[in-house]
Amino acid sequence: MPGKLKVKIVAGRHLPVMDRASDLTDAFVEVKFGNTTFKTDVYPKSLNPQWNSEWFKFEVDDEDLQDEPLQITVLDHDTYSANDAIGKVYIDIDPLLYSEAATVISGWFPIYDTIHGIRGEINVVVKVDLFNDLNRFRQSSCGVKFFCTTSIPKCYRAVIIHGFVEELVVNEDPEYQWIDRIRTPRASNEARQRLISLMSGELQRKIGLKVLEMRGNAVVGYLQCFDLEGESGLVVRAIGTACTLDKLSSPAAFLPACNSPSKEMKEIPFNEDPNPNTHSSGPSTPLKNQTYSFSPSKSYSRQSSSSDTDLSLTPKTGMGSGSAGKEGGPFKALLRQQTQSALEQREFPFFTLTAFPPGFLVHVGGVVSARSVKLLDRIHNPDEPETRDAWWAEIRQEIKSHAKALGCHAVVGYSESTSICEEVCILSASGTAAVLNPRFLQDGTVEGCLEQRLEENLPAGCGFCHIPYDELNMPFPAHLTYCYNCRKQKVPDVLFTTIDLPTDATVIGKGCLIQARLCRLKKKAQAEANATAISNLLPFMEYEVHTQLMNKLKLKGMNALFGLRIQITVGENMLMGLASATGVYLAALPTPGGIQIAGKTPNDGSYEQHISHMQKKINDTIAKNKELYEINPPEISEEIIGSPIPEPRQRSRLLRSQSESSDEVTELDLSHGKKDAFVLEIDDTDAMEDVHSLLTDVPPPSGFYSCNTEIMPGINNWTSEIQMFTSVRVIRLSSLNLTNQALNKNFNDLCENLLKSLYFKLRSMIPCCLCHVNFTVSLPEDELIQVTVTAVAITFDKNQALQTTKAHVEKSLQRASTDNEELLQFPLELCSDSLPSHPFPPAKEHLESASSNSGIPAAQRATSVDYSSFADRCSSWIELIKLKAQTIRRGSIKTTVTVEKTSPMGEGNFRNRSAAPCANSTVGVVKMTPLSFIPGAKITKYLGIINMFFIRETTSLREEGGVSGFLHAFIAEVFAMVRAHVAALGGNAVVSYIMKQCVFMENPNKNQAQCLINVSGDAVVFARESELEVVSTQQPAANCQPACTGGEVTT
Amino acid sequence: MTSELDIFVGNTTLIDEDVYRLWLDGYSVGDAVALRVRSGILEQTGATAAVLQSDTMDHYRTFHMLERLLHAPPKLLHQLIYQIPPSRQALLIERYYAFDEAFVREVLGKKLSKGTKKDLDDISTKTGITLKSCRRQFDNFKRVFKVVEEMRGSLVDNIQQHFLLSDRLARDYAAIVFFANNRFETGKKKLQYLSFGDFAFCAELMIQNWTLGAVGEAPTDPDSQVDDMDMDLDKEFLQDLKELKVLVADKDLLDLHKSLVCTALRGKLGVFSEMEANFKNLSRGLVNVATKLTHNKDVRDLFVDLVEKFVEPCRSDHWPLSDVRLFLNQYSASVHSLDGFRHQALWDRYMGTLRGCLLRLYHD
Repeated sequence: MPGKLKVKIVAGRHLPVMDRASDLTDAFVEVKFGNTTFKTDVYPKSLNPQWNSEWFKFEVDDEDLQDEPLQITVLDHDTYSANDAIGKVYIDIDPLLYSEAATVISGWFPIYDTIHGIRGEINVVVKVDLFNDLNRFRQSSCGVKFFCTTSIPKCYRAVIIHGFVEELVVNEDPEYQWIDRIRTPRASNEARQRLISLMSGELQRKIGLKVLEMRGNAVVGYLQCFDLEGESGLVVRAIGTACTLDKLSSPAAFLPACNSPSKEMKEIPFNEDPNPNTHSSGPSTPLKNQTYSFSPSKSYSRQSSSSDTDLSLTPKTGMGSGSAGKEGGPFKALLRQQTQSALEQREFPFFTLTAFPPGFLVHVGGVVSARSVKLLDRIHNPDEPETRDAWWAEIRQEIKSHAKALGCHAVVGYSESTSICEEVCILSASGTAAVLNPRFLQDGTVEGCLEQRLEENLPAGCGFCHIPYDELNMPFPAHLTYCYNCRKQKVPDVLFTTIDLPTDATVIGKGCLIQARLCRLKKKAQAEANATAISNLLPFMEYEVHTQLMNKLKLKGMNALFGLRIQITVGENMLMGLASATGVYLAALPTPGGIQIAGKTPNDGSYEQHISHMQKKINDTIAKNKELYEINPPEISEEIIGSPIPEPRQRSRLLRSQSESSDEVTELDLSHGKKDAFVLEIDDTDAMEDVHSLLTDVPPPSGFYSCNTEIMPGINNWTSEIQMFTSVRVIRLSSLNLTNQALNKNFNDLCENLLKSLYFKLRSMIPCCLCHVNFTVSLPEDELIQVTVTAVAITFDKNQALQTTKAHVEKSLQRASTDNEELLQFPLELCSDSLPSHPFPPAKEHLESASSNSGIPAAQRATSVDYSSFADRCSSWIELIKLKAQTIRRGSIKTTVTVEKTSPMGEGNFRNRSAAPCANSTVGVVKMTPLSFIPGAKITKYLGIINMFFIRETTSLREEGGVSGFLHAFIAEVFAMVRAHVAALGGNAVVSYIMKQCVFMENPNKNQAQCLINVSGDAVVFARESELEVVSTQQPAANCQPACTGGEVTT
Repeated sequence: MTSELDIFVGNTTLIDEDVYRLWLDGYSVGDAVALRVRSGILEQTGATAAVLQSDTMDHYRTFHMLERLLHAPPKLLHQLIYQIPPSRQALLIERYYAFDEAFVREVLGKKLSKGTKKDLDDISTKTGITLKSCRRQFDNFKRVFKVVEEMRGSLVDNIQQHFLLSDRLARDYAAIVFFANNRFETGKKKLQYLSFGDFAFCAELMIQNWTLGAVGEAPTDPDSQVDDMDMDLDKEFLQDLKELKVLVADKDLLDLHKSLVCTALRGKLGVFSEMEANFKNLSRGLVNVATKLTHNKDVRDLFVDLVEKFVEPCRSDHWPLSDVRLFLNQYSASVHSLDGFRHQALWDRYMGTLRGCLLRLYHD
């Protein structure tokens, strides 16, 4: 009996009037956990009842604690008839199960009813007493932390990154059970909400068990999704990355001294951890195979798969490892072997992370993706979800083999998704093939000459661009050149990835959101015919989406895409493809060539003219975009770069891997064999259309930037104002003679107009950037297209931007952002590995800047004297390693700017801001953001994962303001409930917030509508940087980057 | 392609002040869009009319949803659904309860009932304020009235506490509630030259001096049923005012009063002769107003009487405001020297307020 849950019901407020006669309510509360129910007394005739109940105590297994939600129901007592339910509150008590997260949940929760929405609030206090019970066979996994954040959370350090964990559970959907015919919509909705809550609890517990088996203590990049398969059931599945995390000791000194592991400074991470000695654990245990069943389930699933899945699933042996070429050097081979040994133990060397500790990512191969079309069938035995497991295992195998074809042993930025229409389901998985540094994958202390030599050979800012595959044996045709940064290794001409821009990447100018949009009509069909039709369309869709992306990228004058997410949605009579990514200009990659238009009928004079007109327009646009995004790479003479790799050789070795790499992005042969010219052949009206649509994308108004990654490349002076929002649009297509072109235009307009509206709405925040712009497309009905966008607008300081720009024009090269490094905290110990011989590497930027900068406040200058000896050592050391030093100096110049500007600004902002919350004594502000950080603030504590599922239904649609009014109110209510839960945990923000599902169905004729929303995120406590400064007794350097310098100054 | 659904929900609720004003002014979405287009916003931002339409719809929807909360402003502060910075909350409330001068002059002193509400059509036509806006303003008056009607304590404080209005606006509402409660006539043609500010000023003085709350004596028995309220005039005081009759009924007293005033003002008043000639009429007028206040009908006509009996005669003789002030000061002060008059305190309570009101009412 390892846990006691205690609940106290304090009071209610703003309750609805339940008794028309008296205009009052006789409210009481039922508190239910598992099968135990307690009741409060009836508080008669009040809309603001004060129950002040005793502590209701539930004695439960920790397994139940993880699975079950606490269910609080507020009712109106009725003497003569049945009591009326006012509404419910579900509280996930999981955050109380980690030793260091929240200790109590206490606060006002909105009382929610699936028919009426929020109806008043209730004040509840929840506590858990856990008894340690280490010896028994554990079915629970209390203590394993979950993070939605797809990078190592800010106040933690990754000791080991173990790898992929996944699980899925299935059940029947209560909405489709026979009993649904006789119960009320409310009862049905509540059954569904409760079931999903239970299932996600169970799923989380099971994933936790796997993590414990791998000797990890946390899951990072946890992504949980629901598949509403209708008749055939309800699938809840989750993926994540198991890690062993160490909490960094104190918020002031964020980083411990670098060359000593300094264990005495750290807290022992998790008390309940059965094996706290994670530091010395050997190579991580391979993932156990308990849930994957590879028994051929095909006989039982009437599956039909796309051409993609027709591939052989067995990975080709020796494909990557055997091909270490001479130019690649022995390190690559060595590294490969080591990484391989570390990764091959894993069934799926996948990582859901999109940002990594420095040095983790060695090379990036390109995007790998796989899709498969399946026919849904009733899940016969929910306890053995073999079919669904097998489906995903298939896809993952395919991804793995694609990665191998790219000479990579791991896939990062990995994600999975589904699109369901009736009985057809498209499963998709995508990620970025990569070569990783094995150091993080095993024991944290592995060192050797290999890495050091490797580090020397991999200059910062371009290493990840170098091709991981063998250039003589390339899996696809690509143009390789010597890296424009280090001139030593080969790089491709374009790079597509699903990850965030690495913090040390060297970019030129700013980035921008690039979208490819596509619709394809499809005949209505049944079952297998339908699946086949979809399967046949998919490769064409992928091809076109990639062509569009490539065209738009070139048009922007950029050469790399980050955060690429391709979504294919299936509807009754069409398929929609939407790809979003952030384009940047990577300094290491060659300058993209322009776009050349080639006509098919060169004889026609007017046609020629038209073509040349178009060509001019395109050239103008490219020039304009280069100016807009400040892309002006340095001129580099050809001889330094070296001649392109001779092509015949390349071609001759190409034949090999055509089949297995059928859907790598980079594999698409878009380059037509010439280095500079990117030829667009206009041979039919379709292509004309494409060119037109290329030119119709309007850039955001001045002062606005947008990206779908965490941060905008080229902007690093965020101010603290953020505005997270969700926008939903549904359009109805006129059903008359729909053509692909008309459809494309409609869809394109829909997306463009939506963006325009966003820019207009947020114009008061200019200069600002829309970050993490996340589009989701669904096709709820025949002629309806629904687009949901969630993003955050962040303001930045324009003056500083100008200054940075100036500095950047002078320097031409610029590191992605130093601020960003600060935001994406990684432990110093990790940094030390990249600069092995120096004791205090990260401090040196600031030392240099401090001593060289006359503009710093007096207090800062005074202390800078103390640093001088260090600085000397630094600079002498710098001379030894020139490449490094250059990077550092570049960094230091930038930091100077930061020192001068950010600290006064930051304080100013703080002052402005602090006034507001003080005045607001009633409801605390809870920030929400899809990013993993809060600009201008430090996250001091993670309180646990927020994962909520709501259903709202109405039978009086018109009265609630139509579909817009209904959904607007519902989304506002969802935000409110998320905020209330965070506030009750003691938090003041949600980071990595994501609206995973927003399923909206309407029936205007019946005046009805229903909507399901699933959101998740990490509840955190943050403190403004300026507040931290005050706390840390005004450590001078803390002004600029407390994270790096705090520890140094004090020790 | 038609837009079925189009929404934008921010974690912090976006409030566009300009659109809020259009909404409060009762414009339809279409009219609001047209007005915004005319403001040149499209040129400034490079947006399209469709964007503007969608934006306006969205804001209107938000305001519509917030309206329920604005009816009880403390709810807006405590609710969890819309995260709005406090300064914005204050702005929303203040603007929602703000009213048009033209409108308030029409309904000031009228019973805030269904009957009056029916007249809003006419008021709307007359003032050019949209019917929707008239309704909102009328409902605001009525709502505030209903809430504070039965409350004890300071009227302004009660309004401020329950509607979180600024001091200025709370005072205005106190005046509106006070006028509505006492049904002072303000609509007569004679009174048309008076602004809402003039009446509000008078209302404040009257609340401070002539109501039960003004007496300032804490009820000895906390359970006593004596209403400590600012809304109703002190009945006892009104009854007592009959005692002032003697000032005009007793000829000697009246003559003595006149001679005292004339002696003091001789040479100081530009309109001395007119004053001397009119003294008895004016004094009769002012005292008779006092003595009649026991009748509800006469209470309602207070302002009509004041204008008829005092403001108009003076104005027809072209008294400058400074002379009116000198006269009224002397007129009230001289009573203290009348030996035969015993109701000095009563006189001061009456005349102190009346003097303030008259000076405010005395303009063109």
